[in-house]
Amino acid sequence: MAKSLGDVVIDIEKCKGCELCIDACPQETLALAPRINQKGYHYAIKVQDNCTGCNNCALICPDAVITVYRKIVK
Amino acid sequence: MGIQVQEIPINPEIVQDENLLYCKPDTLTPKPFHYCPGCGHSTVHKILMEVVAEMGIQEEIIGVAPVGCSVFAYDYMDVDMQEAAHGRACAVATGIKRMMPDKFVFTYQGDGDLAAIGTAETIHAANRGENILVVFINNAVYGMTSGQMAPTTLPGMVSTTSPFGRDVHTMGYPIKVSELLATLPAVAYVTRQSVHTPGNVRKTKKALQKALEYQKQGLGFCLVEIVSNCPSNWKMTPLESNKFIDDKMIPYYPLGDVKVPEVK
Repeated sequence: MAKSLGDVVIDIEKCKGCELCIDACPQETLALAPRINQKGYHYAIKVQDNCTGCNNCALICPDAVITVYRKIVK
Repeated sequence: MGIQVQEIPINPEIVQDENLLYCKPDTLTPKPFHYCPGCGHSTVHKILMEVVAEMGIQEEIIGVAPVGCSVFAYDYMDVDMQEAAHGRACAVATGIKRMMPDKFVFTYQGDGDLAAIGTAETIHAANRGENILVVFINNAVYGMTSGQMAPTTLPGMVSTTSPFGRDVHTMGYPIKVSELLATLPAVAYVTRQSVHTPGNVRKTKKALQKALEYQKQGLGFCLVEIVSNCPSNWKMTPLESNKFIDDKMIPYYPLGDVKVPEVK
């Protein structure tokens, strides 16, 4: 069965920490960082290596800071 | 300190150009949005510009920006834009479309702009069947001026000018703009969507694409109403505001197509 491996790259300086991506992620891959960015927001980071590249986080992200990569492994 | 959160580095085997699934569209400028965290405006900017990029019409589309939170829409959308006086976006778009009928024209308006000060312009542009797309963001308050009651504020909803909740006996009922405009014969396509879940974002994107295709065919006035949130003025977190959309907004403003053109 083909397996879908994904990864996300987050532009942390533009993230406003609204948590919508964390709620939208079915895999609980994302969480808020304990650190803050230049704007003073806790930004989203990847905390688990189980992304499937479903694209939900990037679609819901209001600030378009998430870039999604997906690789299908046979 | 709470739970220790460990950041995981990116996987260089997956993060390669050939595996790219989704990135910020080129039709948006690199400038970060000024909107509050979790605001639906920026999501709508993003998907509208994605549709423009996918249809390859960046050079052929002209937008009209409103007054309201989205007054700086022209800073973010990398297409030709024109700022209109408060509420007059449909009138300006009418002029642009009549002078340049081969271009795509859209207006981007909030509920204060479209449903309050610009009601007359909107209704008459719709009644004339102007071949334009109107993107209407309904977040039930006047966002930019700090949360006064809008014509679309829900019954009983607290805002700064209705501190005891909107009383429908003295302040009237919320206007359902989509249903109102759908009764006009010259209106081609009216739909109500939202951007509070990834699934709804996908549906809204499809609706915007459909509306631009109808404009290409010259079918007439298209309205895409988007039920959105305003976490700052609703005094909620972005997640709570999305739940409020599900619980309170959608029962009053049901999602779906209100009017679709007849298939030729």
